[in-house]
Amino acid sequence: MASHRQRRLLAFSGAVVMALTVAACGGGESDNTSEGKLDTPECAAYKDYTGISGETVTIYSPIRDAEAGLLEDAWKTFADCTGVKIEYEGSGEFEAQLKVRVEGGDAPDLAFIPQPGLLEFFAKGGKLKAAGEKTKAMATQNFSPDWLKYGTVNGSLYGAPLGANVKSFVWYSPSLFKEKGWKVPTTWDEMIKLSDTMVAANLKPWCAGIGSQDATGWPATDWIEDVLLREQGPDVYDQWVTHAIPFNDPRIVSATDRVGSILKNEKYVNGGIGGVKSIATTTFQDGGLPVVQKKCGMHRQASFYANQWPKGTKVAEDGDAFAFYLPAIDPAKGKPVLGGGEFVGAFTDTPAVQAVQTYLASPDFANSRAKLNNWISANKGLDVANVSNPIDKVAVGILQDSGAVFRFDGSDLMPAAVGANSFWKGMTNWINGTDTKATLDFIEGTWPK
Amino acid sequence: MSTGTETIVAAPDAEVPPTVGGRVRKKLTSRTASAVSLVIALLWTVPTIGVLVSSIRPENEIKSNGWWNFFANPQFTLENYEQVLFGSRSASGGLAGYFINSLVITIPSVLFPLAFCALAAYALAWTRFRGRDWVYIGIFALQIVPLQMALIPLLSFFNYGVSLGGVQLLPAWDLDGPAKFITVWFAHTCFALPLGIFLLHNFMAELPGDLVEAAKVDGASHSKIFRSVVLPLIVPALASFAIFQFLWVWNDLLVALIFAGGPKNAPLTVRLAELAGNRGNEWQRLTAAAFVSIIVPLTVFLSLQRYFVRGLLAGSVKG
Repeated sequence: MASHRQRRLLAFSGAVVMALTVAACGGGESDNTSEGKLDTPECAAYKDYTGISGETVTIYSPIRDAEAGLLEDAWKTFADCTGVKIEYEGSGEFEAQLKVRVEGGDAPDLAFIPQPGLLEFFAKGGKLKAAGEKTKAMATQNFSPDWLKYGTVNGSLYGAPLGANVKSFVWYSPSLFKEKGWKVPTTWDEMIKLSDTMVAANLKPWCAGIGSQDATGWPATDWIEDVLLREQGPDVYDQWVTHAIPFNDPRIVSATDRVGSILKNEKYVNGGIGGVKSIATTTFQDGGLPVVQKKCGMHRQASFYANQWPKGTKVAEDGDAFAFYLPAIDPAKGKPVLGGGEFVGAFTDTPAVQAVQTYLASPDFANSRAKLNNWISANKGLDVANVSNPIDKVAVGILQDSGAVFRFDGSDLMPAAVGANSFWKGMTNWINGTDTKATLDFIEGTWPK
Repeated sequence: MSTGTETIVAAPDAEVPPTVGGRVRKKLTSRTASAVSLVIALLWTVPTIGVLVSSIRPENEIKSNGWWNFFANPQFTLENYEQVLFGSRSASGGLAGYFINSLVITIPSVLFPLAFCALAAYALAWTRFRGRDWVYIGIFALQIVPLQMALIPLLSFFNYGVSLGGVQLLPAWDLDGPAKFITVWFAHTCFALPLGIFLLHNFMAELPGDLVEAAKVDGASHSKIFRSVVLPLIVPALASFAIFQFLWVWNDLLVALIFAGGPKNAPLTVRLAELAGNRGNEWQRLTAAAFVSIIVPLTVFLSLQRYFVRGLLAGSVKG
């Protein structure tokens, strides 16, 4: 009796499997072998990309969800015109997964790598292919040497820059500033003076959150990098990143202490959230929200923080939230910009892959993507008029400013043992009360010999 | 074990039930025990209720205050579910398609190990050959190998094949598109074998030897004994292992990420991990998505839980 029922159960599950297999096989997408429409007038811009029709190029990247959809929209015309098929995959586990896939022989054709250190790792391991002549020409034409430097390993270009973000921003509430008659500071001293004014007005001037699951601490490392770049200039910054000077060098100590005079100052933080230690327990997504609630004066975070504001927040110069450029400490040292971005590295070098890689470095792609909102690039061919977001307009302005000194986020350049591990942990402990010297000594000790 | 407990609990009480099991059962059916277990059950359910309540609240509410505020200020929306289930392409959900992928991955990944483990366990328990115990110990020991260690070797086994000193012993599999599901099934089956064989072997070895002997005397072959005698008797064990394996595969993210190869074959878990958006700014969708993905395992567990409990007990508290 029991076995009867079981047999029926088995038969049922068998039938389910069959049905699903049939469904899975039958569900194959209709194969549209478009031969490419390069002759048509709307495809005139792509007439150089010939002979790649019908090829498939796979892309692996950390960009996912809505922003991934916008990327696919951006290259859709290109793909339709040339007939190339772009298979895009975004993953939150990108950094770890890419290594596994490359080791296991399952590397994608192209990868959008946001860490120059990772790019260098694959290039030195002989896994990445150097960019082809056309890609190189396109990249050199459109990006500044500051940017190309980060995609270059041993003198040859491996990755052309793609998107960019600017980290040297301080978010504030324009309506609160207007209400109180405060002005956006243009020098570091003005900014500190404004902080004191806010304290006098019974408002905590700064708020921050460095929580980010296993990457907790990164927003604090950005603070240190931004201040070091301003206090000591780009040369010291480069030496620090490459470990030509030790991590606990007195100049780094001084920059860290300057950050501490804000982040570890009970009078200054943590507006709308709690005391100094609440910085470590607040996620970076929530860290700046008190700004729009007018419980906190300023929040230093990258341009991408624009996406974090609650729905209905007007992000504009006369709105609920906006950002100003984190001012220079010593104007004589130029206008330092801390930022990040992705680089398009190729693991195969077929003509189709190189064509897509070249296209992604072109102003045509940059403008096409920028028109769809929420994206900027350091591409010199990017027309500011195509950028609709006010904060992105400011960011593009900063990136294209000839006086700007661009430096990549240092923790992405350092060896992973420091940049993606001890630096984060050290800064978290530092917020929690460890003194500057002990923190920097600890990080110095973890630098791979 | 049983003798030890007996000496401890054997108090000079007139109404002591004859066995330890009886005593334990009596203790557990008392009113206090029921009340305590009720409280525990409630406590365990609270987070799940929180997720459910959260999933029907509007985005701004989710992001600005805790789910318990729902009861003071009820605002109801199905927008999260709508986004998660039917949202277009990369942007927001489209979970419906991934749901099918999850089933396509999970069902074979449960049936294959079930079949292999049952056969292997039978062979190890009821056939005699030299080195049988060593083979069993070897399989048992394989359980301590963490699956993370096998990821890269297995992946390169699929993509490069096996070569030794420049001689290609096995070719690369060269699978593409939907065929990549095969690699996922293969991987899950491999990783399930040691535990499955161990569980089923223990269960089978406890079957009374007389049964098998009698069948042999009647002239039954091994395949006949396996089908007609052993298989009907181990159904509870099979069911509990099937539930284990089902939940494990359904909830698996790592194996699917590495072997499924691309968004077209990805199961629910992979999609779930991406739903929060690039910088975690869309996390209001997660509760709704979690509820969508929880439905199937919940149904499986509830409909098979009878076997589950019986199978677990049958393996452990015999005699």
